Amino acid sequence: MLNYMLRKFYLLIFVTFGVTVFAFSLNYLFPGDVLTNMTGNQAISTELHQILIEEYRLDSNVVFQYFSYIERLVHGDWGVSFITNTSIFEQVFTALPATIELAMYALLYSFIVAIPLGILASNPDRPWLDKPILALSLIGFSMPIFWLALIMILVFSINLGWFPVSGRLSLIYDIPVSTGFILIDILMSEVTYKAEAMFDALTHLIMPTFVLAAYPTTVLIRTTRQSMHNVLDTSYVKAAKAKGLSDFQVLKRHALRNGLLPVIQMLGIHFGTLITLAMVTEVIFSWPGIGLWLVDAIHQRDYPAIQGGLMVLSGMVFVATILFDVVYMIFDPLARRHGHGKI
Amino acid sequence: MAKIKSLLNSCLIMLGVSSIAACDIQQDSGLASKTLLYCSEGSPESFNPQLVTSGTTIDAVSQQIYNRLVKIDSDSGQVVSDIARKVIVSSDAMRYRFYLRKGIKFHSTDYFTPTRDLNSSDILFTFSRILHSDHPFHEVSGGQYPFFEGIGLSQLIEQIIVVDDLTIEFRLVDPQASFLANMATDFAVILSAEYGEQLINENRKEQIDQMPIGSGPFKFKEYKRDHYIRYAKNDDYWQPESNLEQIIFDITPDNSTRLAKLLTKECDVLGYPSASDVGFLEKRSDIDIKDSTSMNVSYWAFNTEVPPFHNPQVRKALSYAVDQSAIIDAVYFGLAQPATSLLPPTSWAYNADSYVSQYNLEKAKALLVEAGFPDGFEMDIWAMPVQRVYNPNASKMAEILQQSLKELNIKANIVTYDWGTFRKKLANGEHDSVLIGWLADNSDPDNFYRPLLSCAAAMSGSNRSAWCNNEFDHNVKRALSTADQAQRKVFYTNAENVIRDQVPLVPIAHATRHKVQHKYISNVNINPYGGIDFSATQKGKP
Repeated sequence: MLNYMLRKFYLLIFVTFGVTVFAFSLNYLFPGDVLTNMTGNQAISTELHQILIEEYRLDSNVVFQYFSYIERLVHGDWGVSFITNTSIFEQVFTALPATIELAMYALLYSFIVAIPLGILASNPDRPWLDKPILALSLIGFSMPIFWLALIMILVFSINLGWFPVSGRLSLIYDIPVSTGFILIDILMSEVTYKAEAMFDALTHLIMPTFVLAAYPTTVLIRTTRQSMHNVLDTSYVKAAKAKGLSDFQVLKRHALRNGLLPVIQMLGIHFGTLITLAMVTEVIFSWPGIGLWLVDAIHQRDYPAIQGGLMVLSGMVFVATILFDVVYMIFDPLARRHGHGKI
Repeated sequence: MAKIKSLLNSCLIMLGVSSIAACDIQQDSGLASKTLLYCSEGSPESFNPQLVTSGTTIDAVSQQIYNRLVKIDSDSGQVVSDIARKVIVSSDAMRYRFYLRKGIKFHSTDYFTPTRDLNSSDILFTFSRILHSDHPFHEVSGGQYPFFEGIGLSQLIEQIIVVDDLTIEFRLVDPQASFLANMATDFAVILSAEYGEQLINENRKEQIDQMPIGSGPFKFKEYKRDHYIRYAKNDDYWQPESNLEQIIFDITPDNSTRLAKLLTKECDVLGYPSASDVGFLEKRSDIDIKDSTSMNVSYWAFNTEVPPFHNPQVRKALSYAVDQSAIIDAVYFGLAQPATSLLPPTSWAYNADSYVSQYNLEKAKALLVEAGFPDGFEMDIWAMPVQRVYNPNASKMAEILQQSLKELNIKANIVTYDWGTFRKKLANGEHDSVLIGWLADNSDPDNFYRPLLSCAAAMSGSNRSAWCNNEFDHNVKRALSTADQAQRKVFYTNAENVIRDQVPLVPIAHATRHKVQHKYISNVNINPYGGIDFSATQKGKP
């Protein structure tokens, strides 16, 4: 177990090394002055220039420069944005919770919806449920989410006026940021309009969550269905049935746990896609997360910000993938036998 | 498994809590009905209107935070009192004495608490900052005051004299009829001298333009670039207090998103609807849409220093190639008037028969042959990259011109850069011709002629034609030093005739500015010469 964890940890280190080397080299690959790209300071005076060259070790070779770069990364000195002149580290970590929040709710939603549907579809006694559910999931899977988002905005926001089209809380409500997770922040805040703000935040959440959940839900439905099929076909389930257990008991005691293992693995595999889709969703709904922030930075050619956003996003995907792997391993002892960590 | 279950449980509990909270909406704090949401089209460059010329910044800042010595009444276009309760102008129009109101307070905020009321020293502080290069704040935020440089304020003012606490006198070098109108613009806002002192002591001078203190109906609370500006009501306002608790500028550069937000009531008032949406909005029963005649003009300016445009005949020939009606249909969707002069018809100095524009390619051809270009030539048309009220789509306009010019055997290339580079290159005179425009700052006709075509403007770069004509300058100057309106109109008509003769630029259209708001909103003022004003706005039940 410990051995396995260590292997995963090594993998994480190597991947992080790769990403930091790439982000570091961007300083040289982006147009403009290297020092400007690193610091984000666009008007470096001559005196400051000398100090910065020493501080950033630009006078020595690339290896030293890289290590000084890592040192600054660890200390949270990620430079300042070209556009706003504020610390990138701070900006990244104010935007990140919004993305995590959105992705979490979407995943939660797809769990709640997809797993029962997948189980229902796999039930050999009710074959008439299988086809519609599968068809639904195929439609959802093949629908581009930006299109889905626009259709939803058109129908539910513009025609029906039920949900707002952008942001995660109406600007009317001024909620102090403490955790960065909007629902928690509202609950923790001491304002007179808590309930209204909560209601408002929920109406803002519904459409982006649904849109983002479309893809994982359809993937989960199909994975659950397939793996439940496989499990229900095994001899131990047949034996359990022969013993006279009810369908529900078979499901609860024997099938579910084994059937859900591939689902966890599938989630890990698709997490990267989920984050990409979260970026698309954020842009469409102006959800103030890391994706929207990064896209803005790219539009404005804010090089230090692009580097920061890139690292945080890829870091998040790695960590999540490895976490899913570890969770998978906890539930499936067989997985521990794999010789090497993989990603 | 147990872990997953407990995770699920805790999530469900969280959802439960939030839905209980959501159901409990009876205790309405009423904040939503006291908040005005305005969807604006861009971020302000600064919170001090003295430093800018952009309409976006003026809209966002000027009327909300600040007061002026005098202001322009948006109905009558006349100069009326603001901070100054009375102005006495000497008979030679060279001395202006302002008597200030008593008891005007600057904003109390987290970062500044005034200990005294507004007095003459604040007025002196405000204008010294612009005029004197040795003033501690002159160089702060770049040291450029484009509007005041454009009207030549530093050459105009001989002296500012503080008579007593509430009386201040401006002495001019030359008589100038438009001085009061300039003092009433949205640029001439009054800053707090006491706040300035505090910032000097704290050594944070640049904060004066980022965390503003004024005396207007709203005070600054929070700004997040490209996201929003939040203003709170000024409880100590010296005029009737606003009905609103806060106003929020929701910065939404994308036209269709802005429209969507209006329809979902995420904004109450919309700035600058795209011309193509106006027809759709007019059909909606819940939306109020009004056009206001805006003091603006879009024009095609020729760089008169570059051949062949140094030849007035060539310029005149090209002016016949401008198909105004096609442009108004395609670019403005019919929401503009064809321009017959630089001045819009709403100006008092407008002369109805000053210029009759025709689209006539035969005439253009004949003139080109006369000028020695029977086979045409190649030229650049610079199209500004941003959308402005006077020109919603310069590239499209350029394409229409390109088509007409093709008939004359002229090959026109459309050139554009990002806005910053565009303006820089334009000021350097690197263009052949440019499609650009002007939105007036005040009601005085001088505001069209001097900044756009005078020799002084040619030096400072805002004269996009780099054109300097003594007869024109002479007329404009004479008009400026004359008090009699009828007499001034004659001078302006003369100036307009020089333009018609020499064609440094071709006026194309005067766009109408649209005010779009929900029916439950009332009393939003859009000053035709400047920013939007929410001080009297009321919000009903959405």
